[in-house]
Amino acid sequence: MPQYLISVWHDDTFEVDFTTPDAQRLAAQVGAFNEELMEAGAWVFAAGLHPAASATVVRSSGGDVSMTDGPYAETKEQMGGFWMIEAVDLDAALEWAAKGAAACEGPVEVRPAQG
Amino acid sequence: MTDPLDEVFRSEAGRCTATLIRVFGDIDLAEDAVAEAFAIAAEGWPKTGIPPNPGGWITTTARNRAIDRLRRESTRSERHLASHRLHTESMEPDHKPELDRLDDFVDVVADDQLRLMFLCAHPALAVDAQVALILRLLGCLETSEIAKAFVVPEATMAQRIVRAKRKLHDNHASYRIPRAAELSDRLAAVLAAIYLIYTEGHTATSGRTLMRTDLSSEAIRLGRTLAELMPDESEAIGLLALMLLTESRRPARTAADGTMVRLADQDCTRWDRDLIGEGHELVRACLRRNQPGPFQIQAAIAAVYADAATAEATDWSQIVSLYDQLSVLRSNPVIALNRSVAVAELHGPAGGLAALAEIDPASLDNYQPYHAARADLLARAGHQQEAVAAYERAIELTTNPVERDFLVRQRAAL
Repeated sequence: MPQYLISVWHDDTFEVDFTTPDAQRLAAQVGAFNEELMEAGAWVFAAGLHPAASATVVRSSGGDVSMTDGPYAETKEQMGGFWMIEAVDLDAALEWAAKGAAACEGPVEVRPAQG
Repeated sequence: MTDPLDEVFRSEAGRCTATLIRVFGDIDLAEDAVAEAFAIAAEGWPKTGIPPNPGGWITTTARNRAIDRLRRESTRSERHLASHRLHTESMEPDHKPELDRLDDFVDVVADDQLRLMFLCAHPALAVDAQVALILRLLGCLETSEIAKAFVVPEATMAQRIVRAKRKLHDNHASYRIPRAAELSDRLAAVLAAIYLIYTEGHTATSGRTLMRTDLSSEAIRLGRTLAELMPDESEAIGLLALMLLTESRRPARTAADGTMVRLADQDCTRWDRDLIGEGHELVRACLRRNQPGPFQIQAAIAAVYADAATAEATDWSQIVSLYDQLSVLRSNPVIALNRSVAVAELHGPAGGLAALAEIDPASLDNYQPYHAARADLLARAGHQQEAVAAYERAIELTTNPVERDFLVRQRAAL
């Protein structure tokens, strides 16, 4: 069955304080969405990510490895988390994405996996 | 390709491709197979003659080529062959009735071409890409013709079509009918595509004649089917009315020698009264529903034109006010251009030029009708030099020889 990456995008400065009611509401919504994905057999794996400032870019060229601080793309919007799901087709994936966008109260991007 | 074969291609390729996509669920496979079938026809038909049912011949040949190719390519999934078996069995005389239920599911939209339109008009594609793809697969337009309809360079359009097909393919988009709840959302792109097919037929990009009536009638046919399938969609009715009312003037658009006649100079007695009657009836039905939309307003404008016994008797103030309503719903430079032409009739050429001056010239610089309309208004306002320059730009841009002759004569008359 085709697999799709549903990624969550938000402002780079986004930092979750899990003690706030807003964050707890989001966590509950995302938790419920995760359960729905698992019950439907659509779940592959998922993760919420630490802020983009925690990222390191690693390059390897002719045996030389270099590392630089920060996310690869220096954009204002960064990926904050993702789901990898299985769906019969694009329409089914988009339906899941709509639920994911509602759960995390922000835009998500759907991208098909190769193979 | 010989001329008769070209005609078969124009009238049948879209239908055949749509059917093959339904059967195999693969756009590229369907397109390739139909192209192969036409190549076989190009070789065989000059010797054997055109078969009695050329469309059926092409569909069958293309289907067989596609099956051959699927058998050769072991990487193709069994799913394709299985779906093919389902469809051929239900098409055979001794078909199994229980398979019909599957077809019922698939055949919510009876017409293959219309089904493909809704499938191509997938919300995951940009509207421009949806429309381009529908035109490529169903209108059988050359990429250059689609580019003209969109007023973009050909290379841009070619890339847009390839990307759209690739996106549908990579995303495993299903070639199934959208559910009832999704249908109306996808209608806007379908309507835009049908209207673009119509306008391309109205003034063909290339060829010896001004109009390509096969495209116009194909667009009207699709518009009729759509209006029948979606009788509650006022915009679908509005589009059909607009096309019928525009089509009603076709007999008067060219003189006996094939030269072009402007709307203002047309002999109204040559307009098709049956089409006008049908168009008017549809416009009235739209007005009763009171759910105005861009196609309904354009149909109302066409109805006002059709009402006038002569060009002088046209109710220009009503036309300008309808264009004002249209601009509120959908603001774009082409609508603003058409409004300027109506303003010129109401308030004189200087008023028309003033309305034209409000449009960003860069947005229409590659659009021939903009320069032709501007040239006409400049000439009427007494600005001969500028009018000549504008006609020259219009002549440079037109790709239709009949249109070119008209513009050359207009320039020479200055």
